[in-house]
Amino acid sequence: MNAAIRPVVVGAGPAGIRAAQALVSHGLRPVIVDEGATSGGQIYRQQPANFRRRADALYGFEAARARSVHAAMAGLASAINYRPRTFVWNAGQGMLDLLCGEGMARLPYTHVIVAAGATDRVLPLPGWTKPGVFSLGAAQVALKFQGCAIGASVAFVGTGPLLHLVAYQYAKAGAKVAAVLDIASLGEKTRAVPAMLSRPAVLATGMYYTAWLRMRGVAVHDGARPIRVIGGDRVAGIAWHDGARERELACDAIALGHGLRPETQLADLLGCAFRFDALSRVQAPERDPAGRTSVAGVYVAGDGAGIMGADAAEWAGERAALALLEDAGIAVDRPRALYLERKLARNARFRRGLERAFPFPRDWAASAPDDLVICRCEEVAAGELRAAVRESGVLEINRLKALTRVGMGRCQGRMCGAAAGEILAHACGRAVEDIGRLRAQAPLKPIPFGVPP
Amino acid sequence: MSAERTDVAIVGGGIMGASAAFALRRMGIGVTLLERDACGARASGVNYGGVRRQGRPLSQLPLAQRAHGIWSRLPELIGIDGEYTRSGHLKLARSESDLASLESYRQETFAFDLDLRMLSRSEVHARYPWLGETVIGGSLCPGDGHANPRLVSPAFARAAQKLGARIHERTAVEEVAHDGAQFVLRSKELEVRAPVLLNCGGAWAREVAARFGEDVPMVPANPAMVVTEPMPPLISVSLGVEGGGLYARQVARGNCVIGGGRGYALDAERSRPGYSAIAAILAQAAEIVPRLRTSWIIRTWSGTEGYLPDRLPVLGPSATTPGLLHAFGFAGAGFQVGPAVGEVLAELVRDGRSTTPIDAFSISRFTAATKEQ
Repeated sequence: MNAAIRPVVVGAGPAGIRAAQALVSHGLRPVIVDEGATSGGQIYRQQPANFRRRADALYGFEAARARSVHAAMAGLASAINYRPRTFVWNAGQGMLDLLCGEGMARLPYTHVIVAAGATDRVLPLPGWTKPGVFSLGAAQVALKFQGCAIGASVAFVGTGPLLHLVAYQYAKAGAKVAAVLDIASLGEKTRAVPAMLSRPAVLATGMYYTAWLRMRGVAVHDGARPIRVIGGDRVAGIAWHDGARERELACDAIALGHGLRPETQLADLLGCAFRFDALSRVQAPERDPAGRTSVAGVYVAGDGAGIMGADAAEWAGERAALALLEDAGIAVDRPRALYLERKLARNARFRRGLERAFPFPRDWAASAPDDLVICRCEEVAAGELRAAVRESGVLEINRLKALTRVGMGRCQGRMCGAAAGEILAHACGRAVEDIGRLRAQAPLKPIPFGVPP
Repeated sequence: MSAERTDVAIVGGGIMGASAAFALRRMGIGVTLLERDACGARASGVNYGGVRRQGRPLSQLPLAQRAHGIWSRLPELIGIDGEYTRSGHLKLARSESDLASLESYRQETFAFDLDLRMLSRSEVHARYPWLGETVIGGSLCPGDGHANPRLVSPAFARAAQKLGARIHERTAVEEVAHDGAQFVLRSKELEVRAPVLLNCGGAWAREVAARFGEDVPMVPANPAMVVTEPMPPLISVSLGVEGGGLYARQVARGNCVIGGGRGYALDAERSRPGYSAIAAILAQAAEIVPRLRTSWIIRTWSGTEGYLPDRLPVLGPSATTPGLLHAFGFAGAGFQVGPAVGEVLAELVRDGRSTTPIDAFSISRFTAATKEQ
């Protein structure tokens, strides 16, 4: 019977690896497809082979988890079909279409677990396209993978727990952190503490990062309002408002992030229904507590299902695999499945607390000037989006894309979609959940024209 | 439920319905248009964007010539140029028989003033050095070109609205009937009564026609399209290939839009190109424009178009129901003629006749056959 089941796991981060492990332990041989050259995903990214940093230097408090996830993947080597450097660029008609080093390939499946991870959510500010401004995730990748800092003096701007973590990692690695400018206020963080007590150790770790930075004289400002990037050809500083007055901070690089957004395009192409999560303000695939989507045989796990964090991604990956097995008629350890669901539910309470501690800046759209570039690929400014709403009565994001080109470039709205949606909702007077979501279109990332089919 | 009475009700806000609304308002005739989505959001807005006369059947050329005159006046008519450019349309030959077909088309259409020019192998490669060796000649129509359908089609609806047409978007027609005196259209929140009804529902127009006893053998199909990242100027004309199968243009922004083959339907309304259509486009286009091999594809899409067996549209009065006019089934080639179709429909409403010949597009060519069966 098992030969008829052809499971595919997309993504070799913590969710994908734990999913593959559970499938293997029940006698299946999954294909695991991953864009990365090595497994581990973004969070447990492995350094180049000739780099010799120790795990605790790379992963800090997460070193034990990183080692465990890497060991799990190593243990699967002979039991799975692992396809690194392989990108799923299209899906449909029962196939995943792959781009790998040698060319295109098609992969049939009966079941697929999408563990596609997350990218930064970035809200533009004037000057954000100047060289020297990086997304927060990119700043972290530079450090984790290559041991590089994005600048000699780096400001961390935006909001979210990752802002403080990456600033801590930079400082720990010996880079100069100019300051952390967090939009979230101290009051918001304090009020969110009760909800976050559902995972006290994680809360304590988060507070530790901020305290550690402050102890070493790094300025960490709560309730900061970034105003504009200062500089000519590249970043020279940032102007911001501290609630009382405008201030300037000198720096030569800025790491900018406003939380994470799930990578949901593949689930979209696979036909999954989506729902809006009001707290995190993102559209994510509908899923049951086990990770089943609205489409039979399609499961989501990890941050790609809705931001949940790396440890929860491991539980969600395993739980989704158990769901797949159950759906395929293979007996699983029910108490284990329920145990994982309980852990995920507790984590979800914690995440709700985090979202309250680092809330989405709802007044961002109102404060964005007309000449602010929203879509970098197509160089579309906020004022052009507002004009389309005014002149053409646009109420929906795909229509806005058709008329203005916003989200129509190389990134297909993965970077600008959230900001464009906020501008549209504000301009047309609708709630952001009512303006729709950018439809995914193949290829999910650009593919070379000349690759032999 | 609100109610409207008007002179002409239009079902469908694509380029046919919207340009009809626009032409009717210019005549001072009352119009209410119902569009279930947004105007120009379906095939009218997602088509390739070719604005070409070359290659059309002779029966369509009077309509296409009329449209040709309208396209050059877009800014004064609808307020934007819609990125319309008379780049020329070059139809390529890859074999001697292709060349012979192009030459015989040139001779057949001589009377229509398309100004077609045959280009030999050396001429075509001298003029367009970016063409691949597979091309052995071609036929150039200098006055043809291309435009941005995402902008042009919605702009016709907006222009009609500015002239007083009542345009109801996100309003799906649920009932269409004739009460003996007038047509009655109902959506969830609106009832429209009018003595004249224009059926401009694109690939979905069959239902309305059938409602009045005129079922036609129209089938939906889904042309496949890909687009590259923006590139430096390369493809200076709109390209076609004799025998069909591939077409390409480079837009003002620099992206190359390349179409060919068929995608597949996800359901009655949504479609995608799919792997095989994309792979075929990439393989063929790389032969014709080798420089494309080093570019990147950033997006693919499809749309839903209506096709009749003879690939000609239905355009003109109903054979069963006075006051009902049809305009659908443009077989993936409706964008260029759209503005002229609007004027023809408006003439039919006002005068009962069209100054442009449309007899070849009569719905009776199918319904008569149906009756015989």
